Amino acid sequence: MRRSFLAANPSVLWFLLALALVTLGVTVMAEAGMISTSFVKTLGKTLCLCLVAVAMDVVWGYCGILSLGHFAFFGIGGYAVGMWLMYARTEEIVAASLAAQALPPTVGEIRDAIGTQIFGVVGASDFPLIWAFADRHWLQFPMIVLLPGLLALVFGWLAFRSRVTGVYLSILTQAMTLALSLYLFQNDSGLRGNNGLSGLQNIPGLGGVGQDRISIWFFWGSAAALAAGYVFFAWIVSGKMGSVIRAIRDDEARVRFLGYHVESFKLFVFTVTAMVAGVAGALYYPQAGIINPAEIAPIASIYLAVWVAIGGRGRLYGAVIGAAFVSLLSSWFTGGGAPSVPLGVYTIHWTDWWLVLLGLSFVAVTLFFPKGIGGIFDLVAPRPVPDRQGDYGPDDGAWRREEGEP
Amino acid sequence: MLRAVLLALSALLWLPAAAVAQDLQSLLQTYRAEIEKPARKSVVEVLDALVASGLPGVPLFLERWQDKGVYLRASDGLFYYAAPEGEGYSLSAIGDGTPAGTAAASDLTELRPNGGVRKEISGALVEFQLSDPDISRRQAAIDAIARSGSADQLEPLRASIPGEPDPVLRATKERLADILAARFAATAEGRVAAIGNLADDLSVDVRAVLNQILATTTAVAPALPEGANIARELTPGSGALPADAAYARLVAAGLAPPVVGRDAIKAALAAHIEGGRVGDVAVGDLDTDAARLAVYAALAEAGVVPPTLTPEGQAAALAAHVFYEEYVEPDPVITDAARGALRAIETRVGAYQVADITLDALSLASIYFLAAIGLAITFGVMGVINMAHGEFIMMGAYTGYVVQQFVPDYTLSIILALPAAFAVTFAAGVAMERLVIRHLYHRPLETLLATFGISIGLQQLAKNVFGTQARPLTSPAWLDGALSFNDVVSISHIRIAIFVLALLFLGLILFILKRTRIGLEVRAVTQNPGMAASVGINPDRINMLTFGLGSGIAGIAGVAIGLYAKVTSEMGADYIVQSFMTVVVGGVGNVWGTLAGAALIGFLQKLIEWGNPSNTLAAQTYMILFIILFIQFRPKGIVALKGRAAGD
Repeated sequence: MRRSFLAANPSVLWFLLALALVTLGVTVMAEAGMISTSFVKTLGKTLCLCLVAVAMDVVWGYCGILSLGHFAFFGIGGYAVGMWLMYARTEEIVAASLAAQALPPTVGEIRDAIGTQIFGVVGASDFPLIWAFADRHWLQFPMIVLLPGLLALVFGWLAFRSRVTGVYLSILTQAMTLALSLYLFQNDSGLRGNNGLSGLQNIPGLGGVGQDRISIWFFWGSAAALAAGYVFFAWIVSGKMGSVIRAIRDDEARVRFLGYHVESFKLFVFTVTAMVAGVAGALYYPQAGIINPAEIAPIASIYLAVWVAIGGRGRLYGAVIGAAFVSLLSSWFTGGGAPSVPLGVYTIHWTDWWLVLLGLSFVAVTLFFPKGIGGIFDLVAPRPVPDRQGDYGPDDGAWRREEGEP
Repeated sequence: MLRAVLLALSALLWLPAAAVAQDLQSLLQTYRAEIEKPARKSVVEVLDALVASGLPGVPLFLERWQDKGVYLRASDGLFYYAAPEGEGYSLSAIGDGTPAGTAAASDLTELRPNGGVRKEISGALVEFQLSDPDISRRQAAIDAIARSGSADQLEPLRASIPGEPDPVLRATKERLADILAARFAATAEGRVAAIGNLADDLSVDVRAVLNQILATTTAVAPALPEGANIARELTPGSGALPADAAYARLVAAGLAPPVVGRDAIKAALAAHIEGGRVGDVAVGDLDTDAARLAVYAALAEAGVVPPTLTPEGQAAALAAHVFYEEYVEPDPVITDAARGALRAIETRVGAYQVADITLDALSLASIYFLAAIGLAITFGVMGVINMAHGEFIMMGAYTGYVVQQFVPDYTLSIILALPAAFAVTFAAGVAMERLVIRHLYHRPLETLLATFGISIGLQQLAKNVFGTQARPLTSPAWLDGALSFNDVVSISHIRIAIFVLALLFLGLILFILKRTRIGLEVRAVTQNPGMAASVGINPDRINMLTFGLGSGIAGIAGVAIGLYAKVTSEMGADYIVQSFMTVVVGGVGNVWGTLAGAALIGFLQKLIEWGNPSNTLAAQTYMILFIILFIQFRPKGIVALKGRAAGD
């Protein structure tokens, strides 16, 4: 008998409930003035990071592809939305200043003025080709998913068809990320080099609305996107398709022998998660206000894998918990929130030592707690105990024995 | 003694002129006013007269004058050399330097030529200094001429060549004479001959002189002028001369009316707004260029504003004139010779540049090889992916820095630092293998993440201990400088040392892996640990030692890299992706493969940089893209293992 989707995945309901409670709580507290606008933004950004972590979990925890490029897709989404935000915002400013002149400005004049305004920092004034759609949001918004999707499709097709797997694929995705960030660092890349795109927190058309309003709207938007993304991925990884994906993770060759076209499944997962990462980035950077190439350096993608691993890979809520826990803790420690520890001869300032602690705890999680923080939930609702000796399969990304047990 | 020789030499040189014998003092008296209050312009005449007189005392006088050692005695109005002595000054005569008693300070006026005048004096002095018995002064004189050559220096320079005893300096003088002659020789034949002599010289100043001779000016005329030395004709609208620039040139030459530009149209329209309308068009409708142009044309017809030229009119004006580049040098024989010489030089420079880039690429390849060779063992041979490899490189470099803090002698400290770095990183590698990696064999992805955790921890730790600023790792003096083959090809000693070090390591690793007992055991364990264990090899111990060896080599590479780059906590991260690429491109499990990978990446990067020298970021981007594509077609790398050794 087939059970309904929700009955088979009770965690989805619990997650949605928890997310709704958090959203409600933050909204109430923000309205009451108990938490600052910047903290609301931090929470909103955290939700976006949770969304990209969920995508990462699907591609790594479920499909066994340790992609070190998903933060690049996140960044591309951010750049895509940033181009429109920056163009439209500059257009408003330029139009206001040109309106003071005797003659009404021509289209060409406005465009030239915007170009000078945006590209002045890199010594240019002409619009590069990649800005062709930036003036119309109905053309630019689809780029948020199309660009990462296209890049993932091409890259994944090249990689999967030549059977690049395991660490080689990881290194290759890392190289792709490095190439992208190095490219964006150039001044003539057309995206303002290492200045990046800035002023993204000013939403065009909402000049009269304060940042406290906008931040809460973005928080709701991020929560809605996370909820939708969570349900979407939960639906993908349950059912028959989910079984195939997990089987690919554990033993790709056997799935191929069973007659499934493994490459298509992998390509689908890789591309869809890249698109969702793009959406997450498009919601993240208007809250951050600035995007520059350093954001998509390879290390960011590795951090993404770290969050998923600490949260517990192969369970969607684990990715959310890991991303939220580590990124919030990280901003608490590096922001000077954590008290220093005086040791007599030496005082531990957490701003200096947090990364050491994170690195070590990460090693500890990998060695001793493969299930991550998410494993705690197995104490509440035990999973069925598998009766097996070794790992789930021979592949590099296969589940370890410990990950399946309560 | 010195002065005697100098006098003799100058006397020899200027013998004919000296026939019109005259006393130096009386000559100076002739120009007394100019010498007392010299100005840059007037002093030239004095200097010319002095030099032309050929008197033996002239060089000494010029020198003293320049150094403010010449005084005018008020009582007799004569010039003297003077030096402070007690309360007053001791004097010596201008002509032959014989002592001439003393004088009180109040009786003497010091001649103080200003900077401009001193420059002129030193220019005149150069001619004497070219034959100075002191080689350093001759060298200085040659340098002065090379800095600012002028026509009148050519003859003195040539005259000094036969008497030049030093062969090196003589060659320099001859070359300098050619450079001067190429520009200033009296006859065209002389200049062409000099240019011909320069054609086998690669130096930058020779090329600069030839380019100077070939300098052009762009001009426009209704037809090509007769007899002008034309370099080339320019077509308006081509890359060398865009149509806008060509028309602007026409306007500047007064051959065409100026175009009324967009901004001028806008200003003119704005000036003629009357009651919200310009002509019969509402201001609000003037938001396109076409509308503005139409209204402006109407205004022009009414005679209110100057008429603007249509694009067709502009094209016709451009077509009616020729644009050309004309050589500043009027004689075509000379420009032809210079062009030929420059082409010959550039061909050779190009060939040498290829050699230079090859050397550069070789040294870059050896750096990549050094950075990757440790990884070739841990990742390539053992299959363990170690993201902290870059941090081992950093640890090695910092070890070198710490050793230098205790051992001030740079040569000794480097010799000590190499084994110390090996020991430190060997220990770190063994500790990491025992504590972390041992538990994660067969779990490469988890190894990747765990070692990444260690990597960020180590990086932050280095930042906490050594600070964020770069630390210097100073190379010994004998590694400074460069080995240069000619003006184009050169390579610094450090890079040679790194190249040698890379070769040494290649040999060492190959020897250990192929010729020693432990190498045999390493290969056995990596190919089949179970079988290796059953024939009595302890895989645990071998894995530990292998990983330690790979890490230790990373430490030594760190010292080498630290010598030419700055030591920072992030230096390892700069190399990690490149190192993995090197190993993967070369082919996993094979030291020769790593060599091939490093060579490919090094040469490729230099090649791309050469094609686009201003942009090293782009070079790296394209290189990584190339590698990604390369792996598509040769997933197992350049040197792919076959059969059982491949492990699949």
